[in-house]
Amino acid sequence: MSAAPGSRIRPRRALRPSPEPPPARPRSAAPARAEERPPSHGWRVVAAKETADHLGSVRLYVLAVVLTIAGVAAIYSMSQVIRGAAADATGYRSLFLALFTGGADPVPAFVTLVGFLAPLLGIAFGFDAVNGERADRTLPRLLAQPIYRDDVVNGKFVAGLLAVATVLVAVVAFVAGIGLIRIGIPPTVEDVVRLVLWVALTVVYVGFWLAFATFCSVAFRRAASSALVAIALWIGLTLFGVLLATLVANLLSPPGSTSADQLANLRLRETLERLSPDTLYLQATRAILDPRVTGFGIDAALASQSQGALPSTVLSLPQSVLVVWPQVVALVALTVVSFGLAYVTFLRQEVRA
Amino acid sequence: MASATPLPAEADGPAAPGARPAGAPVIEAIGLTKRYGRRTAVEDLTFEVRPGEVFGLLGPNGAGKTTTVLMLLGLTEPTAGRARVVGVDPTRDPLEVKRRVGYLPDSVGFYDGLSGRANLAYTARLNRIPAREAAGRIDGLLARVGLADVADERVETYSRGMRQRLGIADALVKDPAVLILDEPTVSLDPEGVAEILALIARIAVERGIAILLSSHLLDQVQAVCGRVGIFYAGRLIAAGTVVELAARGGAADDVVELAVAGGADPTGWLRSAPSVGDVSSDPAAPGRLLVRVAAGGGASLAADLVAAGFAPVHLRVREDRLDAIYRRLVHAAAADLPAGRPADAPGDPLPSHRGEGSR
Repeated sequence: MSAAPGSRIRPRRALRPSPEPPPARPRSAAPARAEERPPSHGWRVVAAKETADHLGSVRLYVLAVVLTIAGVAAIYSMSQVIRGAAADATGYRSLFLALFTGGADPVPAFVTLVGFLAPLLGIAFGFDAVNGERADRTLPRLLAQPIYRDDVVNGKFVAGLLAVATVLVAVVAFVAGIGLIRIGIPPTVEDVVRLVLWVALTVVYVGFWLAFATFCSVAFRRAASSALVAIALWIGLTLFGVLLATLVANLLSPPGSTSADQLANLRLRETLERLSPDTLYLQATRAILDPRVTGFGIDAALASQSQGALPSTVLSLPQSVLVVWPQVVALVALTVVSFGLAYVTFLRQEVRA
Repeated sequence: MASATPLPAEADGPAAPGARPAGAPVIEAIGLTKRYGRRTAVEDLTFEVRPGEVFGLLGPNGAGKTTTVLMLLGLTEPTAGRARVVGVDPTRDPLEVKRRVGYLPDSVGFYDGLSGRANLAYTARLNRIPAREAAGRIDGLLARVGLADVADERVETYSRGMRQRLGIADALVKDPAVLILDEPTVSLDPEGVAEILALIARIAVERGIAILLSSHLLDQVQAVCGRVGIFYAGRLIAAGTVVELAARGGAADDVVELAVAGGADPTGWLRSAPSVGDVSSDPAAPGRLLVRVAAGGGASLAADLVAAGFAPVHLRVREDRLDAIYRRLVHAAAADLPAGRPADAPGDPLPSHRGEGSR
C-alpha cells in the first residue's frame, strides 16, 4: 500500500523526474483567494463542526451527568469527614485538595473515580470518529473537498479533546464549588494551580484514550468492534495491568531469596507497570495533588528511609512538577504514538471500504 | 498492453446531437491503470472530456467505474498512467483538483442530524467560501434542486431522491469546472430518476461545465450524455457518440413506435411496405406498434404512412440501438479476454434497463 494522495506526505511518484514539465497551474480562477490561504485550515473547519456535534450529543450529557453524580458523592462524603475532624486532619497540607484526593469509605476519592472514568470519556468521543463517517457514507464526500486527509483526523481529535476538556472543567468546577461551601475553607492559590494542573493532566490522559479509540475507528469498519477493542484495552490495563507486570517480572527476574533479587524483581515490575498509561496517570495525580509525595515505588521508599526523611516532608509546586515530569512526558509520548498510529493507518487506507 | 481504441476524436459524419465541443479537455486520462494486488481494476484507460460535454461511463457493476472516478479525483493513486483534470495531475496536486471538481459519490451520505442547508454550509466552509457568499449560493442551489422548502429540516427526514438532489447541490457548492456524478440515479424510483436526469441535463446546458457520469443503466446514459464510453472488466472497449458507436457496431435498424388515429390498423400496409422490416405490437402500450426500419428511416415512414391515408398520432424512433451495440461490444470483449478474467458478464452484461429504476 502506498500513502494516499490526499496526504501531506508527498507520493513517491512526485519525487521522480517528471516525463514532462508540469504546466503552469491554472491559478487564474482565484489568484486572490489562493494568496490568502494559510497552509492548512481544513482541520479547523472539521474541528468546529465536530465540536458542535459533540456539544449537542447525548453521550456528552450522559457522561457529564455520570461524572457529576459520582463526583458529588465523593466530595460530599469527604467533606463530611473533613468537617467532622478538621482538627485531626493535620496530615493534609491542604484541606481543599484533600477533598479531591481523600476517600471516605465506602465512596472512593474523586480522583480515583475520574481516573477510572477518564478512559471512557476518551473512548466515547473517539470510537466512531472515522468509521462513523464510513457508515454514513459521508467520508468520500468529505475527502472530495479540498482538505488534506490528516485534517480529518486532526480536526476530530481536537474536537474530541475540546469536548472532554469542557466536561472535565465543568464537573470539577461544580464539585469544587460544592466542596468549598461544605468545608468553608478557601483554597490557596497553589491549591487552585495544582487542581488546574491536574485537570490538564487528566485531559492528556483522556487524549491517550481518545487517540487509541480514533485508531480503532480507523482500523475497524464497525463502530461496535472499535468500541469493544478500545474498552478491552481499558479493562485489560486497569484490571490486569499489575497482574501482567508481576507475571512478566517474575519470569524475567525471579524473586530469589536474597534481597538483591527481590529488589531487582520489584524494580522490573515497577518499570513494566509504568508502560501503562493508567499507572503513569495515577502516579502523576498523586504527586500533583499531594505535596507530600516525593517519588514513586520502591526507590522512593528506600531513599526516604535512608535519608531519614520525615513523613511530613512537603514539596513546593515546582518540586512536585519536577517529580511528575517523567510521568507526564511518558504519557504525552504514549498519546502521540497512538495518535500517530491512527494517523498513518488512515492515510494509507483506501477511500472505498 | 492491449489498448482500448476510442474512436478518433474528429470522427467524420453529420454533427450528432452530442457533437464534441471545442476547447482543451478538462478531463484527460492517459493509460490510466489501477491494480489491487494481482487484480486489475482499471487497465490502460484513455479518454478525454471537454468543457460543456456530458460524458457517460457505461458498464456493469464492478467494471472499474468508481475506481476510475477516484483516480481522477486524486482519492486513490493510479498504478500506472496519468490523469489530468482541469490541467492538474490529481496525484500530485489533489487539493487543486478537489477545489475545482464537484463530486457526487456512489450512494452519497449526509450528516443526518444536520439540515440540508447545514450540510451544504459545511462543504462551503471546507472549500473556504466566505460565509455570506456561501449563504447566497446555497439558497440558489437548494431552490435549483427543488429543496428550498425543506432546506432547514434534518436530512434524516429526506427521501432518497431528495438526498440525491441534495448531493448534486453539494457538488455544485464550490462552483466547479467539472462535475463527476457516480451512479447518480441508482436505487431511485422512476420519478426520481427522471428528475435527476432532467436536472443533470439542465445543469449541463446552464453552466456549460464538463460532466462525467457513470452508470450501469443504459437508457439514462443515453438520455443525457453526448458521448459514451463503454467499460468492461476495467477496460474501455469503445467510446464515442451514440451515432458513432452505432456506425462502429454496424447497427442498421431503428425501431419506431407507431400509433395511428381512428382505430385503423396499418399492420397489413406496413408488412407490404418495402422499407419496413418487421412489425409487432408494443407489449408496453396496447394499440401501439413497433416497426423496424432501416436506420434513419423514421421520417420517410411517416411520409409514406400519410401518403397511404393513415394519420399517425404517435411516432417515435426508439433509441434502443445503444443497447444492442453495448451487448455486442461486451460479448466481443468477453470473448477476446484471456481465460481467468472475471466471468460475470457474458450472460447478461446489463440488467434490463426497462423498469430498472423501480427497484
